[in-house]
Amino acid sequence: MPILPRTVALWLMRLGLIAAVGVHIHAAYGLTILNHNARSVKYQSPRDYQVANFASRTMRWTGVIVVLFLFWHLADLTWGWWNGTGNDGVFVRGDVYGNVVRSFERVPVATLYIVANIALGFHLFHGTWSLFQSMGWNNPRFNKWRRYLAVGIATIVVVGNVSFPIAVLAGIVGE
Amino acid sequence: MKNLENLVLRIWRQSGPDDPGRFQSYRIDSISDEASFLEMLDVLNEKLIGEGLEAIAFDHDCREGICGTCSLMIDGQPHGPQRGTATCQLHMRKFSSGETITVEPWRATAFPIIKDLIVDRAPFDRIVEAGGFITATTGGAPEANLTPVPKPVAEAAMDAAACIGCGACVAACPNGAASLFTAAKVSHLNLLPQGQAERWSRVEAMVETMEQYFGSCTNHGECEAACPKSISIDFIALMNKDYLSAKLKNRALISRT
Repeated sequence: MPILPRTVALWLMRLGLIAAVGVHIHAAYGLTILNHNARSVKYQSPRDYQVANFASRTMRWTGVIVVLFLFWHLADLTWGWWNGTGNDGVFVRGDVYGNVVRSFERVPVATLYIVANIALGFHLFHGTWSLFQSMGWNNPRFNKWRRYLAVGIATIVVVGNVSFPIAVLAGIVGE
Repeated sequence: MKNLENLVLRIWRQSGPDDPGRFQSYRIDSISDEASFLEMLDVLNEKLIGEGLEAIAFDHDCREGICGTCSLMIDGQPHGPQRGTATCQLHMRKFSSGETITVEPWRATAFPIIKDLIVDRAPFDRIVEAGGFITATTGGAPEANLTPVPKPVAEAAMDAAACIGCGACVAACPNGAASLFTAAKVSHLNLLPQGQAERWSRVEAMVETMEQYFGSCTNHGECEAACPKSISIDFIALMNKDYLSAKLKNRALISRT
């Protein structure tokens, strides 16, 4: 006898994640509007940025890429909005392993997954480092480790996620 | 000493707050490499006045990097290409003959352009005013060593107090945020024992006043690179930490750290 009825724990986690996505988008939207209004007339000559990096400058775009990917990812592997026919192109509810393999065997799908996860990696890199500044977790004892931690977390997530489509495409994981 | 020849200056001209403004090019035939950037503008203005044209309006005062009056976005960098100095400390030897130098005012909604290169930085005064006073004993000056201040604390407070309020941090920030200025002003008092009595009310009032005028920090770090006093973004983290404490902690416990 399970402790919780079927899908209860799953839905509790899903509700938590949906709430987090909602708060994240609300905060990003608010920040974008605030910062856009703070410089209503832009510089009329090119800026020469000194330390702002690719990750920090593209947070909005990597964020939009990740949220679009998120909906596509749900449609692909949770809702199963597949229009394929025949044995290879069929989404089977509950057959998680098979669905992943059949989805990633399509090269455009695997490519999209890899590109979106690289965007996620840049987003996480700047987000992790920013977390320390925004929360005021600043101490000369560990300050230099914040960038390493940001690189480490982004790398673990990207390498881990990208390994799935690569493993399927390389034939390491298959039916 | 040598001279720079044939410089072209693209300078933002705007007759008043409502004028759309435009870049105008000026030629400098020859200028000493020992001239400061502001002296070069003085020479150009003398020439313009001599020709019966209107001088370029720009802010300046002490010309030794301590007053925070001068500004200018020079080739896309606040206070120009030299780190840790204000425009008045920038010399023409940093440029080369034949170069085109673009000069633009600070751009932020909170810093409206008054004329040409001069902007109104009054919202900085609103932030400082919001900080209020410190609780201090009145009467005769107290003995200086009555309140012990550890050396690292004194140094960090002095680093924050080095802020001259020029606005380069806002100008540099892709978000038009004033976090570095506000953090410096909050921290130089919040770090010291004398500033503890109003520590949480100060940070709360100053941050909330800042948010009425400026954008929000997303940790690009451009402000630190642009700051003529090289004030560290570590102070922004400190301000954020104190702001969080101000929102969460029971102020009756402020003496118990």
